[in-house]
Amino acid sequence: MRSRWSYVYFAFYLLLGIVLLFLNNDLSKAVITLMNVIIVLVPLIGTIFGVMYYYNSKEFTELLLAQPIKRSSIFLGQYLGVALSLSMSLILGLGLPFIFYGLFKSNAIWDFSLLLITGTFLTLIFTALAFNIALSNENKIKGFGYAILLWLFLGIIYDGIFLMSLIIFEDYPLDKISLIGTMLNPIDLSRTLILLKLDISALLGYTGAVFKQFFGTSFGIIISFLALSLWVILPILRIVFKAKKKDF
Amino acid sequence: MVSIQNLHKKFGKNQVLSGVDLSIKEGGIFAVLGPNGSGKTTLIKSILGMVIPDKGTITVHDQNIKNNSDYRYNIDYLPQIANFPSNLKVKELIKMIKDLRGKTNEDERLIDLFKLNPFLDKKLGTLSGGTKQKVNLILTFMFNSPLIILDEPTSGLDPISMIRLKDLIQAEKAKGKTILITSHIMSFVEEVSDEIVFLLEGKIYFKGTVSELKTKTNQPDFEHAIASILTDNHA
Repeated sequence: MRSRWSYVYFAFYLLLGIVLLFLNNDLSKAVITLMNVIIVLVPLIGTIFGVMYYYNSKEFTELLLAQPIKRSSIFLGQYLGVALSLSMSLILGLGLPFIFYGLFKSNAIWDFSLLLITGTFLTLIFTALAFNIALSNENKIKGFGYAILLWLFLGIIYDGIFLMSLIIFEDYPLDKISLIGTMLNPIDLSRTLILLKLDISALLGYTGAVFKQFFGTSFGIIISFLALSLWVILPILRIVFKAKKKDF
Repeated sequence: MVSIQNLHKKFGKNQVLSGVDLSIKEGGIFAVLGPNGSGKTTLIKSILGMVIPDKGTITVHDQNIKNNSDYRYNIDYLPQIANFPSNLKVKELIKMIKDLRGKTNEDERLIDLFKLNPFLDKKLGTLSGGTKQKVNLILTFMFNSPLIILDEPTSGLDPISMIRLKDLIQAEKAKGKTILITSHIMSFVEEVSDEIVFLLEGKIYFKGTVSELKTKTNQPDFEHAIASILTDNHA
């Protein structure tokens, strides 16, 4: 089940990469379009696959639990199985067409690798969050609902609230707050990282300048990657913790 | 072999086990009986570490089972409901479990015994309930562990397989193994078990042999003895 879907996912990215390259006829433009797709789609797929896989393999998990295997290895194994195969689909599916198009000779290679790295991070983050939701909800429908809500919240609603609060409090200096706000949402953080790398931050106006100052430095980049790593590690720790206490 | 002290477990508001103390010596067949919802499966799953108790300690072979998984090398477990991943073939499942637990050659003998050869290449999702139970039995008896736990082993089996199962259980007992069984089929329990443990409302109500139970309840046969416990306590 899992392997079949990850092939479909792989084929999808392959197709997407090829189509984008044909339509844009330019590597860096294709990267920008891809970013918009990846930022929204990767978290969604990660969430849905994570939840689906957990519920689907429930019987298998119960079978394994009676065997002499540690609980943490069962659940971490399942998580890594899903997350890594999704990441592989993403990297290979997008990487192949770009390589054939002549990625290594162009200067878009760093932008493109940043895109893949953040895409991988997003996959790891959202699969881990999905496993957390599934572990805490016995009811499949509820689990799916919460997972979709989470994606909707981080992908769309968070931005809305963020923007609203910026407008309401526009009389105050908001540079720091907006920086922190961006850090707290992995989707926003990835988007900002890529946008700034692509040097279109001028579009963002004054805030863009502040962001550029922060994310442009190596300190900013390191902090951002630390934040992304935290988003991976904390949910994984919770998976291990929850799995230890759960009854089957 | 197995010793359980002061075991408590609650699922939400439902107190399933409230202070079970039980020790099972090595060798022989023990039957865990009790009405529906008396906590038989919960007790067994606690021994396996699938259910985490709220209170109490369980030791298997003098090893505390808390945060331990290696002790399960010494346990063969037959789950009550055979839930297998439906997209695997029978052969693949057997191979996978063998990879996990180590080598064995018993599987071929068992496959012959339960006449499962024609099903080896079928997917588990397409099998009937009884056939699944046979696969389940093979996975359980394939390894030579000193402790065997069977949760409702007879469910869905046809009479011939039932006889084979009884023979199998007796053969394992003759090897000096400890076998823990739950079942609702009283004739089966009476026939195979050496000692019974009766669970009622999360506590052990009776532990002893079948004949002791008959004298205690003043009933001529086993089925009535069990029934009299239940009516006395629920009347």
